Order: sequence, then structure tokens, then C-alpha cells
Amino acid sequence: MEIPYTIKARPDTGLINAKLGIWLFLASEVMLFGALFSSYILLRVGAVEWPHHVLDVPLATVNTAVLITSSITMVMSWASLMMKDFKRYKMYMGATILLGFVFLTIKYFEYSHHIEAGEIPSKSTFFAIYFTMTGLHMLHVIGGMIVNSYFWGPGSKMWKTEPERFTNRIEVAGLYWHFVDLVWIFLFPVLYLL
Amino acid sequence: MEGNHSHGHELGFWRKYIFSQDHKVIGIQYGFTSLLFLLFGFTLMMVMRWQLAYPGQPIPIIGSWLGEDRAPQGIMLPEFYNQLGAMHGTIMVFLGIVPLAVGAFGNYVMPLQIGAPDMAFPKLNMMSYWVYFMGGVTMLTSFVMPGGAANSGWTSYPPLSDIATIGQTVWLIGMVFLITSSLLGSVNFIVTIIQLRAKGLTFMRLPFFVWAQFVTSFLLLLAFPPLEAAGVLQLMDRLAGTSFFLPSGLVVTGQPLNVSGGGSPLLWQHLFWFLAHPEVYVLILPAMGIVAEVIANNTRKPLWGYKSMVYAAIFLGFMSFIVWAHHMFMTGMGTIISTFFQTTTMIISIPSIIILTALFISLWGGSIRFTTPMLFALAFLPMFGIGGLTGLPLGLSATDIPLHDTYYVIGHFHYVVAPGTIFALFAGIYHWFPKLTGRKMNEVLGRIHFFGSFVCMNCIFMPMFIVGLAGVSRRLWDGGAQYAHAQPVLHWNEFMSHGAWALGVFQLFFIVNLFWSIRKGKKVEENYWHATTLEWATPTPPPHGNFTIVPEVFRPPYEYSVPGAKKDYTPQNQPMEA
Repeated sequence: MEIPYTIKARPDTGLINAKLGIWLFLASEVMLFGALFSSYILLRVGAVEWPHHVLDVPLATVNTAVLITSSITMVMSWASLMMKDFKRYKMYMGATILLGFVFLTIKYFEYSHHIEAGEIPSKSTFFAIYFTMTGLHMLHVIGGMIVNSYFWGPGSKMWKTEPERFTNRIEVAGLYWHFVDLVWIFLFPVLYLL
Repeated sequence: MEGNHSHGHELGFWRKYIFSQDHKVIGIQYGFTSLLFLLFGFTLMMVMRWQLAYPGQPIPIIGSWLGEDRAPQGIMLPEFYNQLGAMHGTIMVFLGIVPLAVGAFGNYVMPLQIGAPDMAFPKLNMMSYWVYFMGGVTMLTSFVMPGGAANSGWTSYPPLSDIATIGQTVWLIGMVFLITSSLLGSVNFIVTIIQLRAKGLTFMRLPFFVWAQFVTSFLLLLAFPPLEAAGVLQLMDRLAGTSFFLPSGLVVTGQPLNVSGGGSPLLWQHLFWFLAHPEVYVLILPAMGIVAEVIANNTRKPLWGYKSMVYAAIFLGFMSFIVWAHHMFMTGMGTIISTFFQTTTMIISIPSIIILTALFISLWGGSIRFTTPMLFALAFLPMFGIGGLTGLPLGLSATDIPLHDTYYVIGHFHYVVAPGTIFALFAGIYHWFPKLTGRKMNEVLGRIHFFGSFVCMNCIFMPMFIVGLAGVSRRLWDGGAQYAHAQPVLHWNEFMSHGAWALGVFQLFFIVNLFWSIRKGKKVEENYWHATTLEWATPTPPPHGNFTIVPEVFRPPYEYSVPGAKKDYTPQNQPMEA
């Protein structure tokens, strides 16, 4: 038994199953982070005081650049597959994973700095929401890196047997990775700048 | 691809029955697990009803097993009553009805009805079940935690839930599992319905049951994540010492709470009800879908107003996202917001009424077969009607104020989900049983089960309106015995409890019937009910991959008694003549 439309798009919808699936999943993710952003607004509006400029803006700016660059390399890895260049795919996908590690390392220094200074979640509502939202985002980054590493390593065997399907998989993984990037683009101004 | 691993490839026992990726096996797994949870949740209630009927008296038989920290000398402690109350609600909604209505019926019937070989993502489907299973086990283990299971009501309102015993943490972890399972499942359902419909099966030819599952999946997909966010925030409050839901200046048992404060208990309520109101429609839409199938089949007529029903279901799904704060009229959120939410609440009653009216009119002029599934489906209509109509006074803020948190509310939503949804689910079990097994369930036992349940359900829930209108709160451990205003209606407690226990007795007829019929039921032909939809075009029971011939659809779903046709039913896959 074969499930249809895993490789070729269904003619009347123009979609493969996985692509529709990932878009629906991302819709639910929008609701998840949307709820957290709404909570942030509600808590901030009700707060007596709200700390400003307590987070490290230059470090976060670097991190923003890192994530955006990783999104570009992610697209390049997919484009390489479209051009049937597996070596370049390996290079760009590797770069995407590496940039994920850079992001996590910078985040680690940021977190440990705050924790050493006693700025832990229980200190104030601000640090509570800061750690919760960036923490949840970080889990998403780690999740994406695990998937990307699989497609860089063992999962890339599929390129030899079903190149078209493998390309689709990278596109779907890319959509997720761009979403994670996009969440950060919202988190950065909301938590660091405003 | 090559398609080399289709036929003749035998899977081992574990792959075939335990970690199966076949939507039918997964559906049956969901079915049995959720029926067990329904029974367990109902048992909790039967124990609670003893305390309500005879407060302070030792519970017979099982009282001595409960232990000194729950029921010393068999007399139930208020703390234990609260655990039972919270867990009854949680188990019935999240572990019983939704997995049965969506996980079991949706998984088993929907791919068959759209002519698909399986779900779009079989591995994900298997994961949904096992994540649900782990969520269920997590919930059950919370009973043996120090301080017992969650005891802040199924709604888990903070600040109480933030400072409750460890059972609440386990409850939250269990909920995260259940939410994840629902999300995976809903993505799978939507993709399957959009992508794997058989050739010729346009959206307006889908059986209403598929439409109901489609809308339900969107509700699960979009409404559950905010509760997941709320669960994460509450976990942070409980584990990392944050104050998302804890306001400043909170004093617990005379001691000021050592937290940063500044949080908002109302935030939880908004996030919770943003899920929990769409959840109400998650409970009712699949039930409407089942009832529509059973009614069309047993009246031997097309559904009256199929298109209106479809549009009503879509509108219902959309509106269910903007009514949540009608659960919060008592929180002082202001008259303008209350006005908005009571207006949307009145509007959302319209699509429900459209669907119910269409189903009622469908009965008109039909030669009705009073089979067991049809009896349950027929009972659903007035029972859901009572549930819906008694909800109107709760949706208007002026009348909600005296009724809020009384037994009236309990009566209202139980009419919707107990003799409403659960009756529809029973109808579905009796209706699709011949598809699963090739046998039919016993009609005599089925009728005893139906009439007994029907009478008992009303004996339990009808008096709740009287008790509630007298102003008795829903969460009292002694059923109101301490309150002067409850005295004139107090005698109903005993009556309702006897109703609940009798209802338990009548479920035995169902349990016996189910297991007896699996092995010994009367063997029947493949399309026993003479139905038109595609699930009856497969062999019985359907093999792995479902259809022996790839089905093609030529006509609408309910072509019963077509004038000039040879038979009184014309299956969807029967080609047009000439």
C-alpha cells in the first residue's frame, strides 16, 4: 500500500501532503507563540513598572544576524538540491547547523550572565516572560537542528534513491526553520528594544 | 514508488497490533482506551455521588480500600472529593470523549468514507495514539502522588492551582502530552481529508461526518496551542517560582506568599477558555456527524439541507473562537466586553439550531427503522436540544450572574455531552460495529441499554436544573447540606445518585453486548445497513490498504430512495447510468 501525493503534488490542490502538513503545523505554532505574545502584552499593561535596557542588545543583534544568515544558508541548501548539486547541499546544510550552534552558544552566555546576576525567572515578571519565551524558542531551535542534522547525516542517503522526495523534505524542514527564525525576529524587538 | 511491500508482506504481532500504523488498528486502540477511561471517569462520579447523597457516611464496599489519607473509616475527605471532581472532568473530556469521537471514530471511519488507503501520515498517527496513551498514564499516576491528584477543578484556576499539591504539576505534564497528541492528530486529519479524497469526491459530496471531523480538526489545531502556552506558564509558576498567575500581596494560610507577584489570575482564564470553548464544539461536532449518518441511513432519505448543515458547521467552527469570555462574566471584565461576548454567544446558537433543525426535518416522511443506533441518534436530538436551550440563560450576562457556578451549569453541559454526545457515540458504535467485525450487536441488549440509559440520564441531570436554580454551588463536598438555601432541594441529591448508579448498571448490558457480539454476534452481510457511503464498499473487516478496487465517486453522499432506482439506496461509487 502506498500513500499517494508524497512526491508528486495532487493536481487539484497543487500540494504534496508534507507541505500542507507543515503549514498547518506552523499555523498551530503561530497560535502557541501568539498566546505567549498576548500574555506578554497583558502582563506588561498590568505591570506597575517594567524594566528597560536590562538585556544585552549588541549580543542579541549578533544573534539576530546569525539566525537570518542561517535562514539564507537553509534556502541555499534547498536550491543546491534543486540544481542537483549534493556537495553544495552538504556544505550549506552544515553551515545552517553550525549557525544554530553559534546562536545557542551566544544564548548560553546571555543566560549564564543573567543567572549569575540573580536575574532568574522568579525575580520579576519581566525575567519570567523573558526566560519562558526565549527558552521555548530555544527548544524550537534545538528541534530544528536535530531534524537538520538528520538530513545532513543519515537521512541524506535518500538523495541516492529518491532525490525528488529528499528535496521536498529539505523544503519542508526549511519552512520550519524560517518560522523559528521569524519568531526570533518578533522576540528581539519585543523583549530587547521596546 | 515501487509498491513492493503491499500484499503478502506479513507484519509481526507487535507491528500489527501494538505499534501499528494502520488507521483502523489505531482507531480501535483509541476506541478501547477511551472507553476504559470513560468507565473510569464515570466510576469516580459514582463514588462522588455517594458523598453527595449521604454526606459523612462511610462509602460501602470500596470505602475501606481508599486509604486513610483519602477516606478515613470509609468517610470521604473534602480534599479527596475535590480530586475526584477535577479528575472526573479532565478524564471525561480529554481522555474519554475527545479520543473516542475524534481518535477512534475519526481514525477508523473518516479515511474509509473518503476512499483513502490510510491516513496521510501513518507514522504520525501511531505517535498520536502513543502520546495520548502516555498522557493518560501520567494522569492516572497523579492519584498516587503525595497530596493526591489535581484538586483545583478541571479548569485549574490559579492562584489555587499554582499553590496546589504536586498532583497539579503531574496534571499539567499530562495535559502537554494530550495537547501534543491532538495537534499531531489534527494535522493528519486535515491533510488526509484535503489530499486523499477519492476521485470524484468533491467537498460537497463528503459525508457530513467527514465535514464534522474536518471542522473539529481545525478547532483542535488552533485552539489547543494557547492552552499549551498556559500550561507552560503554570508549570513555570509551579517549578521555577515565577508569578505569571500570582498577583502581588497574596496571603496563604496567614502567611504572605514569597513571590515576586505582579501576575494575573485572569490571564489563565482567558487562555484556558480560548481552548475550552472551541473544545465544547470538538465534543459536539463529531457527535452531530455520527447522528447525521445514522439518521440518513435509517430514515432511508437524503439529509434535509445538507449544504446548510455544512455551512453551519463551518460558521460554528469560526464563531467558537470568539465566544470564550462568556465563561467569565463574573470576573468583572466590564459591560462592553460582556456585551460583545453575549452577542457572539447568541449568534453561535444559530448554526447549532440549523443543524438540529435540519436533522429533525430529515425525519419527516421517512419510513424510520428503529434500530438501536437509530434510537440513540433520535434521543440525541431532544437531549442536545435541552442542553442547548438551557445554555441561553448562561450566555446572557444578566441571567448568568445568579446561575454561575451552580448545579444549573452542570445540568446544562451534561445534557450536551452525556445524553447528547455520549448517546451519539453509542449510536456510532452500534452503527459501525458490523463494519469492524462482520457481526451485529444484539438488539435486545441494545434496547435495554438504550431505554435504561435514557431514563437514568434524565433522572440525574433534570433535577440539577432545580437544584441549580435554588442557588446550590456546583463544588460543594456535602452537596449543600451546610447551607440554609439548599435545604428545600437537598432531597434531590439522593434521587440523582440513585439515577447515576442505575445508569452504571445499564452500562453492563453494553459491555456484555460488546464483548459477546465480537465473538458470538450474528454474522451479517458486508453492507448490512444498506448504506450509501464508501466505508461500506470495502471488504469486511477492511484489509490493510482498505479498498480492493480504487474507488471513484459519482454522486452525493445520501442517495436513498432515489425515484426510479432499483434499490432504495444508491452507493456513492455506483456510476451514473447512460
